[in-house]
Amino acid sequence: MSVAIQVTDLTRRFGDLTAVDTISFTIEQGEIFGLLGPNGAGKTTTLSMLSTMLEPTSGTAEIMGTDIQKDQDGVRKAIGIVFQDQSLDEELTAWENMDFHGRLYRIPKEVREPRIEKLLKLVELFDRKNDIVKTFSGGMRRRLEIARGLLHHPRVLFLDEPTLGLDPQTRNHLWQYIEVLAKEKNITIILTTHYMEEADRLCNRIAIIDHGKIIALDTPQRLKDSIGGDVVTIRSPDSEKIAAALSASWISHIDKEDDEVRITLANAEQHISTIVTRLNEEKIPITSISVHKPTLEDVFLSYTGKTMREEEVDGKEAMKMHFRRRRRH
Amino acid sequence: MEIVYTIWLRSMKRFVRSKSRIFGSIAMPLFLLVFLGLGLNSVVNASSLGQDYVMFLVPGMVAMTVLFSSIFAGLQIIWDKQFGFLKETLVAPVSRLEIMLGQTFGGATTAVLQGLILMVLSLFIGLRIQDPVGFLVALAFMVLVGIGFTAFGIAIASRMEDMTGYQLVMNFVIFPLFGLSGALFPISSLPGWLMPITLFDPLTYGVEGIRFGLTGASQISPAVCASVVAGFAVAMTIIGAFLFRKVSV
Repeated sequence: MSVAIQVTDLTRRFGDLTAVDTISFTIEQGEIFGLLGPNGAGKTTTLSMLSTMLEPTSGTAEIMGTDIQKDQDGVRKAIGIVFQDQSLDEELTAWENMDFHGRLYRIPKEVREPRIEKLLKLVELFDRKNDIVKTFSGGMRRRLEIARGLLHHPRVLFLDEPTLGLDPQTRNHLWQYIEVLAKEKNITIILTTHYMEEADRLCNRIAIIDHGKIIALDTPQRLKDSIGGDVVTIRSPDSEKIAAALSASWISHIDKEDDEVRITLANAEQHISTIVTRLNEEKIPITSISVHKPTLEDVFLSYTGKTMREEEVDGKEAMKMHFRRRRRH
Repeated sequence: MEIVYTIWLRSMKRFVRSKSRIFGSIAMPLFLLVFLGLGLNSVVNASSLGQDYVMFLVPGMVAMTVLFSSIFAGLQIIWDKQFGFLKETLVAPVSRLEIMLGQTFGGATTAVLQGLILMVLSLFIGLRIQDPVGFLVALAFMVLVGIGFTAFGIAIASRMEDMTGYQLVMNFVIFPLFGLSGALFPISSLPGWLMPITLFDPLTYGVEGIRFGLTGASQISPAVCASVVAGFAVAMTIIGAFLFRKVSV
């Protein structure tokens, strides 16, 4: 595997606010790489720098071996980007939006037209090709933007919150497209999201980013494993006896709080029947039992001590202050 | 060149599709022409003009149409910024200059087309075009006015974050430019202290140039008009391109 994106100590400051703070990471070709974090964490700023829309304050990055500051046009030819906010011309048709993009990237007509047709079919918009974008739903616009981002055959595709504001069904649909794309076209995809399930489902590797810093970077599975495995919670009137009754090598940790016992272990599904059998043998009544698989939300919580939502409030405040400052200048 | 053409083409497509905008931008000068022109025609002393007041007014209204349409086309950049489309062009491997020129020529073309529509409508209230050469002279002036003021609009748009300043620009920039230009009255009839100010207004030379082309009479020599308007168009294109270079989204 060769390297698609190499980021070294990338930093961006806006006044006193450090939006992106000396981040470094490497993305392999064909990988789907996620930047996960609350709003205002620095995801979009990172993407803006990588896509040459914003100059870094310091640090460097290379995309397919091209430096983002030394050869902006080289980078722009290699990347496709779907912005967080819509960027279609609503008064043009789907086809015209695609055609405009193709011409901007100097794709000759004989290549451009069949390719537009193929992509519009891929995102199931071909039968709406002559309709004005104004009449399209949010999901259709998103699909059109993704098709447009692929028109010039980018080696790297940036997706900034690709499913923001879409209903669950459309979101699922889009996820399928993204998976197919990465597999069939061997495109490297870097996406930002603050949806945990999205990152979990799509990404080969995830960088959790908070206050401009990468606080964890690994595969979703390993990130979840890193915080200690699954949790089985048992409630029982005889909760004090449970710890003594259960002792096995696969149990890593047992906590008791009032009538509740939290057992941390690997592969809870495999062991739950053993736990129930043991407790029955010991005649310990069970009021309730539940299994909790760790999510990326738990990972975020364990690394930052805060949930994503709490962090979002902070992030928004920081952004507001930043914009107020910028206006005054 | 193909990039300039691509952006020009987009302007054309949007123009053809926006019937209400075309009608809206012609309505105002057309009403002025009909109400003021026909209403004041008999009151205004025609001898100092060398022609009917209504015929005097036609070139001014054509210039007004081109002025308003072209500045509006330049300000289009702000909408593109707000609706996100500008990002799509800025992230493409094309130069800022190509984008700016495409937008300028696109805006100028739509403005000239609207001016021509008004000119055609003026035929019904008595406009007689003297000769084809005169028409071409008027057209050339319209093109230069269109380019100059679209670029001017882009220059303003490059420094504006959103449309909140639009009214300000309309009332304090565009309307004075129009009012001082001699589109509604001969500049020689102004008091002596106001006259020099009108000579600082580039639109004055545009109006006079178009008037020379359409009616054969003007108060400023056509050669002076041509050089001032051409100089204005070039200067604005350079300033607009310079300011647009720094646009970020």
